[in-house]
Amino acid sequence: MLDYITSYLSSDTTPGQAGNVFWAFVYIMVVFGGISVAVMAMNWLERKALAHFQIRLGPMRVGPHGLLQPIADAIKLMTKEDIIPAEADKFVFWIAPLIILCASFAVYIVVPFGPTHAITDLNIGILFMLGVSSLSVLGVVMAGWASNSHYPLIGALRSSAQMVSYEVAMGMAVVSAVLMTSLHGLGPYGVGVGTSGTGTLSMIGIVQAQQEQHVWFLFKFFPLGFIAFGIFAIAMVAETNRAPFDLPEAESELTAGFHTEYSGLRWSLFMLGEYAAMIAVSSIAVTLWLGGWYRPFPNTLTGETWDLVFSLFPGLSFLALAAIAFVGVRRMPKHPYFRVQTIGLAGFGAVLGLIGLILFAPPMRDRVQDIFWFVAKVAGFMYLYIWYRATFPRYRFDQLMKVGWKVLLPIGIGVLILTAVLGVVL
Amino acid sequence: MVAKLKGQYGSGVREACTYLGQNYMVVEPSVVSELLQILRNREQFDYCVDITAVHYPERETQFELVWILYSFPRNERIRVKTMIADGESIPSAVSIWATANWLEREVYDMFGIRFDGHPDLKRILLPDGWKGHPLRKDYGIIQQDQEWVQANLGIESGQ
Amino acid sequence: MGAGQPGNRERPITMTDRTMTEQKTTEQKTSDPTRFLSHLELDQPDKTFLDSNELVINMGPQHPATHGVLRVILKLDGEKVLGTECVIGYLHRGVEKIAENRTYTMFNPYVDRMDYVAAVSNGLGYCEAVEKLLNIEAPPRAKYIRVILTELNRMASHQLWLGTHALDIGAMTPLFYTFRDREEILKIFEKYCGARLTTHAFRIGGCQYETYEGFERDVIKFLNFVPPKIDEYEELLTSNRIWLERTKNVGVISRADAIALGVTGPVLRASGVKWDLRKAQPYAAYSDFDFEIPIGTNGDTYDRYTVRMEEMRQSLRIIRQAVERIPEGPIMAKVPKVIKPPVGEIYHSIEAPKGELGYFIVSDGSTQPYRVRVRPPSFVNLQALDIMVRGALVADVIAVIGTLDIVLGEVDR
Repeated sequence: MLDYITSYLSSDTTPGQAGNVFWAFVYIMVVFGGISVAVMAMNWLERKALAHFQIRLGPMRVGPHGLLQPIADAIKLMTKEDIIPAEADKFVFWIAPLIILCASFAVYIVVPFGPTHAITDLNIGILFMLGVSSLSVLGVVMAGWASNSHYPLIGALRSSAQMVSYEVAMGMAVVSAVLMTSLHGLGPYGVGVGTSGTGTLSMIGIVQAQQEQHVWFLFKFFPLGFIAFGIFAIAMVAETNRAPFDLPEAESELTAGFHTEYSGLRWSLFMLGEYAAMIAVSSIAVTLWLGGWYRPFPNTLTGETWDLVFSLFPGLSFLALAAIAFVGVRRMPKHPYFRVQTIGLAGFGAVLGLIGLILFAPPMRDRVQDIFWFVAKVAGFMYLYIWYRATFPRYRFDQLMKVGWKVLLPIGIGVLILTAVLGVVL
Repeated sequence: MVAKLKGQYGSGVREACTYLGQNYMVVEPSVVSELLQILRNREQFDYCVDITAVHYPERETQFELVWILYSFPRNERIRVKTMIADGESIPSAVSIWATANWLEREVYDMFGIRFDGHPDLKRILLPDGWKGHPLRKDYGIIQQDQEWVQANLGIESGQ
Repeated sequence: MGAGQPGNRERPITMTDRTMTEQKTTEQKTSDPTRFLSHLELDQPDKTFLDSNELVINMGPQHPATHGVLRVILKLDGEKVLGTECVIGYLHRGVEKIAENRTYTMFNPYVDRMDYVAAVSNGLGYCEAVEKLLNIEAPPRAKYIRVILTELNRMASHQLWLGTHALDIGAMTPLFYTFRDREEILKIFEKYCGARLTTHAFRIGGCQYETYEGFERDVIKFLNFVPPKIDEYEELLTSNRIWLERTKNVGVISRADAIALGVTGPVLRASGVKWDLRKAQPYAAYSDFDFEIPIGTNGDTYDRYTVRMEEMRQSLRIIRQAVERIPEGPIMAKVPKVIKPPVGEIYHSIEAPKGELGYFIVSDGSTQPYRVRVRPPSFVNLQALDIMVRGALVADVIAVIGTLDIVLGEVDR
């Protein structure tokens, strides 16, 4: 038994490939927990960042600077009355949010946080991801149908039409990226000699192809990689029903969307699924175009010193967060009412600082590198999502569909063809 | 312009004068519709500013209907007034200016004056089943249609 | 006494080239009232809902986007709007009836509550109308103060409009920016007359309150503070592709339709008619100032947006000229203690931020008006909603209601 557990530690593959159920289970739990925490953090970040964009402060009272607000929201939603419409189809009503949730979470099976830090590495990884994330459309339609009221139904149909249309554009962009994995050679235009690559659909393989070609696919065949990334970036925002494509869930429109009739915990499952889907598609984008878990400039800035410099980043970032927390502590009002919050914030800052210091230790530095860079890139995308929401007005539904079919799809096909041509020619 | 109209309608135009710099004409109800047409088509009063009424209960022709018109090219305003009795109806101006639609509905709602030829004459500000026309002088200041209030709002009285 | 008298301007405000000939050809169209009401299908009384595949949807009185209690019944074919019907009257308070039971001075505060967003303009219109009836004129200093406050009010009203309109279309941030800047104006109002929103700033015959110590300094500080903010709003919206797609060619109203329907204000100006009561029939010292009237070409939502943004800048221009040249002197004319205008009637209108706000006052010689009729711009503009959203999508209905800039307090009185 113990051998079973320890035998994995010396292997260099993912638990899924090593066939080690115990470690796969551990990884699943870690990822599940991590994503849940990330969703809560995302909720907090969205409210705070959106508020600061709108020159207001956001939640400040529940915990220092609103840090405990997501927990308060979760408690509130869990204790709310669970209303099911009288005429609703109970089974479908119950299962719809679960389908969305499962579809969003199932994607994380193949998301690579590092060369061996994935739950498994299917050799059809990217295909699996696209397929599973499409299942959420089913959940949306079921939610609208089960509510037995025509406003949610219209909202659900709109939402599902939108998601399906943008999946096509997403697919085109993804295929161009996959095409690039089968190239060999170094640099943006594949000139020079390098190890020959074989095309692969596996997520870890795609990242390693980027490493072998010494270029992020973002910059490959410039500007083709960039355009493909752009298409994917826009399509992923539309996939997850976020601004500026959030007509189906906008409050000031006629229909309040497919989750109108849901209350309390069921509604929070929808939100959970939405945020999880956001993180999932951002992970796909990071894996395909942004070089996955590799640190910036792994080939141009090589050597011991550069490795050292970049390996200090995780610790430094946590220390920077701790410093911000301490600045916040200094700026807290001195009134005794705020004493608990001040202490809480100071404690939080201390914990962050401690983690930062731990991350400076050499054994930790190497292990944490991959995960840190991956998470940092995904966090950048999350911030972009919030930025879009604050800045852009909403697309009208027909304009939304027009963008998906008449703009993104032709450009996607064009990029695909050009990538293929350049890949053969060069 | 007024002289020409007077010549055309003679008895129809009862008086035309200026008070405090604002021109107005009082006309007979029978010629009012034609007169408004002429004012719009020939004299270029293309913008109907307002249609309203005043209730003089002590007169025989109780209601004084007022059309306030404005001409863009001439930059002039004119008021056309006519007196009608209670229960009489007057041809609608909707075919002349589309603005008149809601303005006449409001006059009907508040005073009870019907307009012939109006496509959709029903109450606009008050609920559809309301009885009474509030801006008449015999409608009390705090009077309400208690029947409607009790039937629709479920309360004893609106006061 | 040339101000406010109609008909004595030598230079008529001309429309552009399309004059009589265009009017004749469009006469056939606009003189047919059924064109504006065909969706009600009054000529087919036996047609029932089951005969068609249309959907009747109710945007109820409680709705986040209808700027008050407005009920719009939409007849849809799928997502396209075939016709609308507005049900109003949820905020009807009987202001005109109340006027018959109050003295002229007592009625003054009621007037603010109609268009509660731009309360100062309402007060200006009413006070000027009664002053005309009394045949007195406010002293020059009072007129300048009135102009300054009214133009500040116009800025505040347009800022609120911009914030809520952008919010309806989906951009959440301009709302907060415009409300923050509107605070400065409301602070000035509060320092002047004690109230932020329903100000009751003017009295019959002039202003009651002298400008407070530092009024000019505050106003000039505001004038320097605001133009970069207007640029900020424009930066967020004007060249934003999504904004352009949402507002261009949405809610188009042609020039002939606009005149026939009697819409006024920025809606009319965006359709190409260069007409502003401040220039056509100046009142309250507007003839002393130099400003321009922005017009649009297409009559769509985007043009109304640009017209209002430009109006904001022109308001700043007027305020700057006024503040620099405020004359000294009394602020209240010689008004009798008991206001008893002679028998007669008057119609006076001003250019409120929403359009032409008119007061028709009939006096019977007593201390209480015999009839006060308020010609509300939002009421008449709302009629145009139907013709503007024919054939558009549901999301456009909300955008168009926002762009008409209606305030239900004024629609319903």
